[in-house]
Amino acid sequence: MPDVSWRFVSILLANGVLVGSMYALVALGFVLIYKATDAINFAQGEFVMFGGFLAAATADMAGLPWWAGVLAAICGMIALAFCLERVVLRPLLGRPIIAVIMATIGLASVLRGTAVLAFGTGVQSISLPVGSSPFHLGPLVLPPIEIVGAGVSLVFLAAFAWFFLKSRLGVAMRAVADSQQVAMAMGINVRRYFALAWALGGVVSALGGVLWGAMLAVDNQLALVGLKVFPVIILGGLDSILGAVVGGLVVGVAENLSAGFLDPLVGGGTKDFVPFVLMIAVLMVRPEGMFGRRRIERV
Amino acid sequence: MLSLNNIEVVYDGVILVLRGVSLAAEEGRITTLLGANGAGKTTTLKAISGLLQAERGEVTKGRVELDGERLDRLLPHEIVRRGVCQVFEGRRVFENLTAEENLQAGAHTRRDRGGIREDLERVYETFPALRERRRQPAGYLSGGEQQMLVIGRALMAAPKVMLLDEPSLGLAPLLVEEIFRILQRLRDERGLTMLLVEQNAALALDIADYGYVMESGRIVLDGPASALRQNSDIKEFYLGLNEAGARKSYRDLKHYKRRKRWLS
Repeated sequence: MPDVSWRFVSILLANGVLVGSMYALVALGFVLIYKATDAINFAQGEFVMFGGFLAAATADMAGLPWWAGVLAAICGMIALAFCLERVVLRPLLGRPIIAVIMATIGLASVLRGTAVLAFGTGVQSISLPVGSSPFHLGPLVLPPIEIVGAGVSLVFLAAFAWFFLKSRLGVAMRAVADSQQVAMAMGINVRRYFALAWALGGVVSALGGVLWGAMLAVDNQLALVGLKVFPVIILGGLDSILGAVVGGLVVGVAENLSAGFLDPLVGGGTKDFVPFVLMIAVLMVRPEGMFGRRRIERV
Repeated sequence: MLSLNNIEVVYDGVILVLRGVSLAAEEGRITTLLGANGAGKTTTLKAISGLLQAERGEVTKGRVELDGERLDRLLPHEIVRRGVCQVFEGRRVFENLTAEENLQAGAHTRRDRGGIREDLERVYETFPALRERRRQPAGYLSGGEQQMLVIGRALMAAPKVMLLDEPSLGLAPLLVEEIFRILQRLRDERGLTMLLVEQNAALALDIADYGYVMESGRIVLDGPASALRQNSDIKEFYLGLNEAGARKSYRDLKHYKRRKRWLS
């Protein structure tokens, strides 16, 4: 292939890494909730979409500055997550996991419908104070919003990793994830930690919504970002923050490489399914993902 | 002093598991609760620690008190804050947390960082094996180390009363002896109050100050440990000895007839 220059490849890779870390941020929301409460949140994409809508509506429609929009998205998503945990998920505690899954799938539809009711069907935009002229870094040409998005994502991923591994609340949260009954016996208020996990999931979704919304546009389609989360977390492992990061990067890079090399050959579209092919391959080889926790069994 | 006064526990709203259980765990003493499988020992502990609520169980009558303050009707984490900590049977460590994180999780209800650090040091002094393995996931510790870890984790909560559920279960005899020696030391050196549930009556009565015997959800016998060790029924049913002090044969049918006597 003579037309393959290393510059083209490096642009694809860099793009993949940047977009990948933004996937990782959205996946983090999923991992947080799964780790602490064992609930698989199929509405993660809709959370992101809702966060985007909140930010766009506050900033654009109400004529407030961009940071007010971000703040509104974060506060709104925390409130929404708290309410949902209380009203929808808490009554399902101790029920079969399938009940929780169905509830979150239903939730996804409700959120999509509510978004249309509340914010209309039009396409809205979020304008962050980020220039639009491409950023030149050596041979690379990158859109600045991607660099900002990746930067914000990585900062938050690092912050959450520290929180989980080192802080008192993080240790308690992992204890709850490990065994609710024993955590209770150690004086940990299990319900409070469930609420906290959902709230953190809300924060992450709001940020994801703002970043992805600023990059793409804010409409119903934004929820599709959530769909990409599944290959990311299956690749990385459902309950691993490091897995979310690595899974995000792998999916981002795989997407970009297939867009660069496979799409011209077949006429497009591979970008959207290659991550899922990867996901199926990983499921066959290592069902718990690259960094997922295996059940500890002593012999 | 921890006291239970005429406690009745009902599961699922209909199943009566404890009927009128009264007992007291004196301060700075080891009180043991003996009984066969299904007698209601674990349920009694859970009634104290409030963990019944998570299993659709309920204290329907009577009261649990710690130094005069009522504990039943409080939530589990509030009870831990009052100074009562339960150690489950079966070495329930947080498998995916390291040994040290397990201990930190034990101190969850406390805010005094200095005190927590001191207590961590004390736990490592009491159980030197844990210090060596503190960075390893607790799921990979040996059975004995896990039992030490769950006791250490409970100590990190700085409890007034520790409820221990069968700490000897599934451990090698030598380890069991070590753990029981440590329990004795905790009482003698720190004045910790303990309520010890055991199936191994001989061991439990060896270190305990006072004992209760449970059967079918009620207390059928109680007394100072030294008196219980001499009690002929205890000897026969729990220590496996007959009047003459020799091993009892299980072929003896009388065993079943006499057992009924307690229930009247």
